[in-house]
Amino acid sequence: MTLQDVIWTIALVGMGLVALGFIHVIIQAGKPADDAASRKSAHTAHVLQAWLFAILFVGFVAGSWATLRHFPIPPQHRDLDVKQVVDVVGRQWSWQMTPASVKAGSPVEFRVRSDDVNHGFALYAPDGRIVTQTQAMPGFTNKLVYTFAEPGTYVVQCLEYCGLGHGPMKTTLEVVAAQGE
Amino acid sequence: MASLTLYPDDERLTGGTRAAFNLYIITAVALFVLMMLDGLTMRMSQAKWLNVPPDLFYQLLSMHGAGMVGTMALVTTAVMWFFLRKYVHLHLWAFVANYVLFMLGAVCIIVSIFVGGYGALWTFLYPLPVHGTGLWTGDWSALFLVGYLLIGVGSLLFYLDAAAAIIKVHGNLGRALGLQWLFGGTIDQNHPKTVVASTMVIIANSLGILAGAVVLVMSLVNIFYPEVVLNALVAKNLIYWFGHMYINATIYMGVIAVYELLPRYTRKPYPISRPFLWSWAVSTVFVIVVFPHHLLMDFAQPRWLAIIGQVVSWGAGFPVFLVTAYGALTNLYRSNIRWTMPSRLMVLAVFGWAAGIVPAILDGTIRNNLVMHNTQWVPGHFHFYLLLGVLAMALALMFHVIGSRVNEPPNSRMDKAGFPLYLFGGLIFVFAFLDAGHLSVPRRMAEHLDAWTFTDKLGSIGAILVVLAMLYFAIRITTGLLKSPAPGGARVGVPDAAG
Repeated sequence: MTLQDVIWTIALVGMGLVALGFIHVIIQAGKPADDAASRKSAHTAHVLQAWLFAILFVGFVAGSWATLRHFPIPPQHRDLDVKQVVDVVGRQWSWQMTPASVKAGSPVEFRVRSDDVNHGFALYAPDGRIVTQTQAMPGFTNKLVYTFAEPGTYVVQCLEYCGLGHGPMKTTLEVVAAQGE
Repeated sequence: MASLTLYPDDERLTGGTRAAFNLYIITAVALFVLMMLDGLTMRMSQAKWLNVPPDLFYQLLSMHGAGMVGTMALVTTAVMWFFLRKYVHLHLWAFVANYVLFMLGAVCIIVSIFVGGYGALWTFLYPLPVHGTGLWTGDWSALFLVGYLLIGVGSLLFYLDAAAAIIKVHGNLGRALGLQWLFGGTIDQNHPKTVVASTMVIIANSLGILAGAVVLVMSLVNIFYPEVVLNALVAKNLIYWFGHMYINATIYMGVIAVYELLPRYTRKPYPISRPFLWSWAVSTVFVIVVFPHHLLMDFAQPRWLAIIGQVVSWGAGFPVFLVTAYGALTNLYRSNIRWTMPSRLMVLAVFGWAAGIVPAILDGTIRNNLVMHNTQWVPGHFHFYLLLGVLAMALALMFHVIGSRVNEPPNSRMDKAGFPLYLFGGLIFVFAFLDAGHLSVPRRMAEHLDAWTFTDKLGSIGAILVVLAMLYFAIRITTGLLKSPAPGGARVGVPDAAG
């Protein structure tokens, strides 16, 4: 299951729960309520609201901790001590990558910059899914570290609109199996 | 507390106010139809059902982005004005000046795109406006940016007039926001939610517009004096501070229609409360500082800014789920509401906002952004809460107003047919985007691989349904507004015509 599949599932469940809440209330909306029923439902609503707050708060704290504990972006201002380094330069409308081949199974540091406008450096796996990305911004070098689990031909696609040739602005990166595999 | 009278006397539109309101709304619905056709053309081109050359595609994309954001701002400004004028004295000239400056700005934008060939999108991301590579020149980019400046000045004029009027009545903006009741005290139940929401928008969006003005002027200087080079990261921060704030403000202006109208249709009071005031106070801060979530893939950005972007994106869900959506549902629950166009649209609007936030929060998570950024997931979530949320809020007010002539909310057979067309068309349209994002299809790209065209075709079908519904709504609303008002205005004092 890719990260995209996990995100898609969480989104569908979340939006589904919101929809169920609305459908439940819409079904009930056509029914009248006397004073006693109104008081009771108001009380229930307050209790439910408190529970909802508690659930969301726990989700907020736990989710933030889980997703930020290991910060997903490598430090940018120190040597990353990664053996495989690829220098990447984007320009309207081509990529220059040195080298254009890396080994799977060990981290690769991409040093990404731009010669002209903003570009998006996105790596597409052979199955057509994005595995990681960063921006290529003029005047800055973004360091991206990624470990390829599988060898194959990966496509580098520009993902930040950069003018007429944005769509065709792509190249390939060969990821070869590590020796001994 | 807001009146439960369906068409209260203090909302009646007469003379200049009616002309100005009609001008705003008729312009907006016409622009919405045109911009939707623009969007449909792009989706059909991606689906390979039309052949739109890339240069024209990116011009259409620039027009669609600028046009939709601008029109959303225009129409929700009308929503805010419509209700706020009941509580404070707004000057009609400021409302009209905003419209005039908007139209002048729109002309600059349209000319720069379709005459000058400008195609650097609504985000004018530095330094793309000066890198047109023969498609457009810096002069046309400058005209586009001047168009933005004119629109921004119009918005600021309106906000300044509204701020002065609010301060005159409430003493200062903090009291208008209800900060004095955050930690205790008896909340004045007559303190209008409209004033709270409007104050938040005035504070936050004025700051956003000022950030926009700074980067617009910097970009103009760069166009005419290329030796003045900007810091691309600072420029991007300012652009997204402005851009995010400007489009977000439309939600907070639009939701005023729900706060004001929903209790009239449910015939249940919708009291102001401490959680409500907290949610708006917190949202005021959140909405100002949340913009770094647009720069999560700019690794040169300081880490603390990226963390703020994620944490605040998540936190922004609390006020929406716990207060606005939950409050609206509580008000709706067992209310014996009679479903008419305004009430249907209001419930849809709150749903669209609440549900659309779920994929937005997921995208605002740094780890997820590594695979979702700049995919069609992004237009998926923002179309969710703009098309099914904000536009539905504005449409609710429009349908409500056209019912004022006969003191009866619209609910014709055609209306009943148009609503599901809009709802299901909208859902198909946004879910096609979201699924495409899940499949890593890039956003903002003219050329699509064959493997991506299934969701493009699905999205096009959804868009066709939405355009048909919106075309009907536009005609219905325009003809409704242009009918002469009932003699003496709407009947007054009828406690309820919705039941």
